Amino acid sequence: MAILEVENVHTYYGHIHALKGLSLTVEQGEIVTLIGANGAGKTTTLNTISGLLRPREGRIRLRGEDLTTIPPHEIVARGVVQVPEGRRVFARLTVQENLEMGAYVQKDSRRVREGIERVFTLFPRLKERRQQLAGTLSGGEQQMLAMGRALMAQPKVLLLDEPSMGLAPVLVDSIFATIKRLNDDGATILLVEQNARMALQIAHRGYVLQTGEVVLSDTGENLRQNEMVRKAYLGIQ
Amino acid sequence: MNELRRLPVWHSVRIGLIGGVIMLYICLVGMVEVFGRSDIIERVISLGQVLLLLTGLGAGYLAARRAGEPTNALTVLISGVVAGGLTGGLLTGLVVIGSVVNLRAVFINASPALYNALTLGAGPNGAWIPLVGGAALGLVAALFCLLPRRVRQSIVNGLVGVLLAGLFSGLLRVILAARPGWSAELGRFLFASEGLTLAGALLFFILAGGLALLWSQSQATVRERITRLPEAQRKTLRWAMLGLAVILILIFPQISGAFIAQVIVLVGIFALMGLGLNITLGMAGLFDLGFVAFFAISAYTVGLLTSTGEHGIAQWSWWAAAPVGVLLAMIAGAFFGLPVLGIRGDYLAIATLGFGEIVRLLVGSDFLRPWLGGSFGILAIPKPWIGNLELAGPQQIYYLAVFGAVLVAFVAVRLRDSRLGRAWMAIREDEDVAEALGINLVQTKLLAYMLGGAFAGLGGAIFAALVGSIFPHSMNLLVSVNVVALLIVGGMGSIPGVIVGAFALIGLPELFREFDEYRYLLYGIALIAMMLAKPEGLWPSAAIRRELHTDETDETETNPGSSSTVPAS
Repeated sequence: MAILEVENVHTYYGHIHALKGLSLTVEQGEIVTLIGANGAGKTTTLNTISGLLRPREGRIRLRGEDLTTIPPHEIVARGVVQVPEGRRVFARLTVQENLEMGAYVQKDSRRVREGIERVFTLFPRLKERRQQLAGTLSGGEQQMLAMGRALMAQPKVLLLDEPSMGLAPVLVDSIFATIKRLNDDGATILLVEQNARMALQIAHRGYVLQTGEVVLSDTGENLRQNEMVRKAYLGIQ
Repeated sequence: MNELRRLPVWHSVRIGLIGGVIMLYICLVGMVEVFGRSDIIERVISLGQVLLLLTGLGAGYLAARRAGEPTNALTVLISGVVAGGLTGGLLTGLVVIGSVVNLRAVFINASPALYNALTLGAGPNGAWIPLVGGAALGLVAALFCLLPRRVRQSIVNGLVGVLLAGLFSGLLRVILAARPGWSAELGRFLFASEGLTLAGALLFFILAGGLALLWSQSQATVRERITRLPEAQRKTLRWAMLGLAVILILIFPQISGAFIAQVIVLVGIFALMGLGLNITLGMAGLFDLGFVAFFAISAYTVGLLTSTGEHGIAQWSWWAAAPVGVLLAMIAGAFFGLPVLGIRGDYLAIATLGFGEIVRLLVGSDFLRPWLGGSFGILAIPKPWIGNLELAGPQQIYYLAVFGAVLVAFVAVRLRDSRLGRAWMAIREDEDVAEALGINLVQTKLLAYMLGGAFAGLGGAIFAALVGSIFPHSMNLLVSVNVVALLIVGGMGSIPGVIVGAFALIGLPELFREFDEYRYLLYGIALIAMMLAKPEGLWPSAAIRRELHTDETDETETNPGSSSTVPAS
């Protein structure tokens, strides 16, 4: 059974019909990516899953449990954690404090310390800078911190929104390598990316979104070979 | 113009002109006259004259110090004289123009009396006096600049001592005169009927200056002595200091007299409101410009429940009524919080501004007059009793206010360091991310409004006990603005900052009641100066301090060797 199921979801912004009956599944241990143009509904899909937006119709299930009526903070507690677009670290807090804040749903202080150590093994750069203000980190380090902060909540499914946005090309490579590594360690990831080329390289499966609907879904490899995807999203004639 | 700017004298001219404009302003808004009425040293110098002297000295000092860095003594002196002279020169200009044209049509204070004051009584013929006087002040300031640092410090400290003693001479005299014998004798020796006596001024100068000199010489050795003490003894020392402070706080109102005790009670009440707003605004980042609403709700509740007058409904004791008032303020926090949960930032400030006004208008309305007394308010609120002891006046209510403030400050510290405190901080820094991290926004925000309201409610309850009657006009917008301002001045989010801010913004203005017409002018100037010089507040919280001084700490915190391997992004 899929760990996360999104079934026929309709989400609106006021009168604007943003998601028109979108369905997708994420299996345990997978990287699934959503690709599509600006305004296709990628971020809306993530926000609907994490409860920040409410679907007017449809169901979202985590291991069979319905999430659509649960408030966002409880969705986090159940293990669906989103890394928001644009990193959004707490600039005025230190790296360490950011991570502690990520463990808000975790009440056991021993496990919080263990979590921080785990994040520091994953991102040694953050350990070097643990007392530094997050706002003074470079963009790449901030993205690592944002991911580390989300990992502190011990997610069952990690929702990543445009992790490569605004980063230098060298750092984009390293961020995708990190995502791959997280997945190798067992994390289940739903990844939204504009950088379709990179996303499809590491994703097991992908969905192509257009104006709020899934127009295509396949394995990452097949999508990279797909004529339409190559033309529209990879820029290959 | 650019050629001119390169001359060393350019700075002196600029500073002199700025000083002159400040002087003109001081003269033309009538401060010289009003402040001239209060003497610092009897029949020698008045506060108005001190203001003028300080402006001249300040201009001279700034110009001289600026010139002093790479150059010689002569340049320093010339810079001082030029700046001082220009500052005084503008006043000369004022006197000359004033003697020809009648300026009073525009500037009501440009009177012959002002000209006489500026020319030491010589009138228009003495128009040169401010110019020469200014130059002389500039010279003095420049000479002062050339003195060794230690001497300069003790002179400044001595003068500040005299100025403070002179400013508070009225209060100090009353305190000393209250006890007959040596205390009253000392009072007569130090203080004249207005200001200090000459002997008193000299004594204060020597005392303040000498003590500062002694301290600056022995400070290092004392510090070292303390750090060399064994841990146990240092602990005893700390406890002894704490004990001393507690005893001082306890006996303070008996020494200070009723007026100062009343000022401290007001400071305590505003500190309570500040601690409340520090939770909503300082910790959770929720702007609230209607904070007076909680104060008013609690004050009115206590008033209604305890009053023996016509609007009293229960004649409870203050101790029974105050918790009810606090509870209602708390409920009001939730009630006002609910509709504005989704509003952020500036919009929230405007919405909450509305709440404050609604409460004020409601309690003052004719519609609720049969119950709340309308604009006549609620009278005959009895004082609280502790056993057989009535907390009759400010000297007794002082203990209530101090105890309340200390208690609430303690609770606030515990809250700040709690899980809830961290959730507030997350909401303040980024509401969306806070939600994504699993923080229950509705519950956390409502708790911030409720606890903030409860703290302000305690302030309101004590206020009702202090004044014994409450009127809608004491619940105006200015109270809310004051609370926000004291938070900003003290340092947003900082608990000691709230106390410091309350003393600075509520205590000081109360002590200078005699200059009431200039109260808000000085208040405004102080706020602007504060934001320019120390935007983080007088006692900032750790996070803000770090943010504003990262450039100073960065070097020590990052490892410079490893940073070269990071590609910038």
